[in-house]
Amino acid sequence: MSPLLTYGVAGAVLIAIGLYALIVRRHLLRKIVALNVIGNGVFLTLVAAAPRLGTPDPVPHAMVLTGIVVAVSATAFALALAVRVRDATGAAVLPPPGDDVAGGPGH
Amino acid sequence: MPQLAELPLLPWAVALPLGGAALVFVVRERAQAIGLAVGVASAAVGLLLALQVATGGVQHHAVGGWGAPLGIDLAADGLSALMVAMTSVVGLWVSLYSSAYFGAGDGGHQRAYFWPLWLLLWTALNALFLAADSFNAYVTLELLGLSAVALVALAATPAALGGAMRYLLVGLLGSLLYLLGVGLLYGAAGTVDFRLLATAPLAGPAAAVALGVITAGLVLKTALFPFHFWLPPAHASAPAPVSAVLSALVVKASFYLLLRFWFWVLPEAATPVVTNLLGLLGALAVLWGGLRALTAERLKLLVAYSTVAQLGYLFLVFPLALGSVEGFTAWGGVALLLLAHATAKAGMFLSAGAILKASAHDGVSGIDGTAQALPVTVFAFALAGVSLVGLPPTGGFAGKWILLNAALATGQWWWAAVLLAGSLLAAAYTVRVLTHAFTRLPGEPPACVVPARLEWSAVALAVTALVLGFAAGEILELLRVGAPVSGPVLMEQLR
Amino acid sequence: MSNPEGTAPVLLRGLAALLAAALGAAIAWALVTLPPSSGLRDAVAAQIPASGVAHPVTAVLLNFRGYDTLLEVAVLLLALIATWSLRLARPPAGRNSPGLVLQDLVRLLVPLLIVLAGYLLWLGAHAPGGAFQAGALLAGAGVLLTLVEGRPLGPLAPAVLRGLAALGVAVFLAVALLVMGGGRLLEYPRGQAGLLILLIEAASTVSIGLALAYLFRGDEPAPPEHRR
Repeated sequence: MSPLLTYGVAGAVLIAIGLYALIVRRHLLRKIVALNVIGNGVFLTLVAAAPRLGTPDPVPHAMVLTGIVVAVSATAFALALAVRVRDATGAAVLPPPGDDVAGGPGH
Repeated sequence: MPQLAELPLLPWAVALPLGGAALVFVVRERAQAIGLAVGVASAAVGLLLALQVATGGVQHHAVGGWGAPLGIDLAADGLSALMVAMTSVVGLWVSLYSSAYFGAGDGGHQRAYFWPLWLLLWTALNALFLAADSFNAYVTLELLGLSAVALVALAATPAALGGAMRYLLVGLLGSLLYLLGVGLLYGAAGTVDFRLLATAPLAGPAAAVALGVITAGLVLKTALFPFHFWLPPAHASAPAPVSAVLSALVVKASFYLLLRFWFWVLPEAATPVVTNLLGLLGALAVLWGGLRALTAERLKLLVAYSTVAQLGYLFLVFPLALGSVEGFTAWGGVALLLLAHATAKAGMFLSAGAILKASAHDGVSGIDGTAQALPVTVFAFALAGVSLVGLPPTGGFAGKWILLNAALATGQWWWAAVLLAGSLLAAAYTVRVLTHAFTRLPGEPPACVVPARLEWSAVALAVTALVLGFAAGEILELLRVGAPVSGPVLMEQLR
Repeated sequence: MSNPEGTAPVLLRGLAALLAAALGAAIAWALVTLPPSSGLRDAVAAQIPASGVAHPVTAVLLNFRGYDTLLEVAVLLLALIATWSLRLARPPAGRNSPGLVLQDLVRLLVPLLIVLAGYLLWLGAHAPGGAFQAGALLAGAGVLLTLVEGRPLGPLAPAVLRGLAALGVAVFLAVALLVMGGGRLLEYPRGQAGLLILLIEAASTVSIGLALAYLFRGDEPAPPEHRR
């Protein structure tokens, strides 16, 4: 198995682990970390899927750089939102949808 | 005097709201005035762009002068033009509504932050609809998702924050799956441009897995049953103009990308199993969403479940148009439904917001007597409901009529049954709301404290849904530009 | 493994494990069966002389696919705006006073980081480097300062702070539109591409560093007190 393919399969494993944790874990921080793990797995896969004859192809590398910045931005906001949720509800978990309860004055 | 055909409207459709967003962020004191002005200008650019495509055919713009596959292209065919026009119309009235909706209550915080976030969302929408590059579409998808979540969280209630968090997590998973697919396609084809991908020889497991992951990610973001669970909490607890934009525009963006991949890039992957599965999930969405709307306790939750139901109709495009020789019928019907839903649902959410501003609590029963106090707003709600049900002569009727024709003409009568059942449910929950609104309260009607701008924006959108029915012919003409399927508007009945 | 907030029921865990395993296997299978090719490497190499920079990744990021980078800088600005819109509570002051070691380290490191950032910015034209890398270093300096001082930059007028945060997007967009003239968006004129790219990267570095540093802090700083 070529080195690049190893990275690719590692990426696939990371995606699988991250997906499992995202669905199963309750704490918001763990869900956010799980998303980051998936993201890193996707980036690894992207670079590994890129054409690999001779010198590397710069386009997937640029795409991954863009993806990293986007992932950092999203993670920063997600963490801030998680803190806000914890401050508002007392626990850092997703509050149940709790739909059919008539609430306060309209918004 | 430059000709319409020469105007670089594609880049300006993205640059104008983007520049406006940066401006209203820095010049916070004048955020509302500048934001409204930029909104009006962006709407004008969008509508001009639609006109440009209608008169001049498919438009291209090679950013940086390089052209695909090295550079990034912007492109506008009939479908993109209609989506940008839809964004412009809804965006215009939502901007007007928002200029009066956010008061100075919390120190002007909501008002100061709404405008940069809203304009960034508008930028993302235009950029997405005009993107001819699938990786570029990923960046716009992230811009769209983050701004949408932030706008939901602006309401600052525990329900809104929880809904926003769930929306964010689901949205990020969807985008990552999409990115994975785009990466695999690049590995297989050496390009990420939609036009080049369409002609590239894509076969084998990589392409199939790529399409599968892309579809999974986009279906998550479009809230197709059973992945719809995040939509009602988010759309119901957001501020009213945000709910309107989310239901009308944001969910349509991921659906639009789904169309790009299935109808242009890999239509040969559309086996009957896959198309019928998507159609089945759409049908379940129609029924489940309609039933939940019927029993919802809160007004905005009712409207949000209605969105889940209406999005289900859109997925009928897969069994009815994909792989069919004369697919334009269903293609046109779904496009009309998409546009009609956008204007009607936006109008419905805006009127719900106005109604809730004037009522005691946000339950459906709390709107008793509203018809006396806010007749214009309730009229807007009713008219929007009429389009959602699909009564003539609204745009909703035109779309459903055409889809019924497609379903019956190709012998797939079960989809017709779904369309009718959905209309019945929509009628039921609309009547439910109107019954409460028209309940006469004893004594004098309460003084109306809702600004006129709120009511009339809602009416404008509901009337647009009506006008769409009359303009259906022209809309379908525009849709033919660059369409992936051909055929008549209405099919002959098969013997 | 401690799970204070609990985990999901067994059925959900089983389904999630199945789904995750299937997805991972599918991706691995797709990768194994991909035929090797060279992609866009040659197309990029052919156009490098016209791009204004020598390093292929920088050329792709700031010239060929510069439009992606413009939107990406917008995403970072959006993250800052969105985080500030949440109005996080201010962390209580003086809870963790910085130790002597940290203060001395900061005095040494911050100027070094700023110089390194400038170097990386300039280096990006012909080696791995550029706006994002330099911006990340600046953000690191900002994080250190936040740990010691509570804020990355001194008391700044709020509008100035916002202006600096938006500078990256503003300059990028302005350059993109100005070079459009009668041609295409972001189509640099012959011979000036390198200079324009450096200008865009410089502005972006400031904004990226500022955005990341203030994202670390979380809440929007209150306006400085008026001095009587």
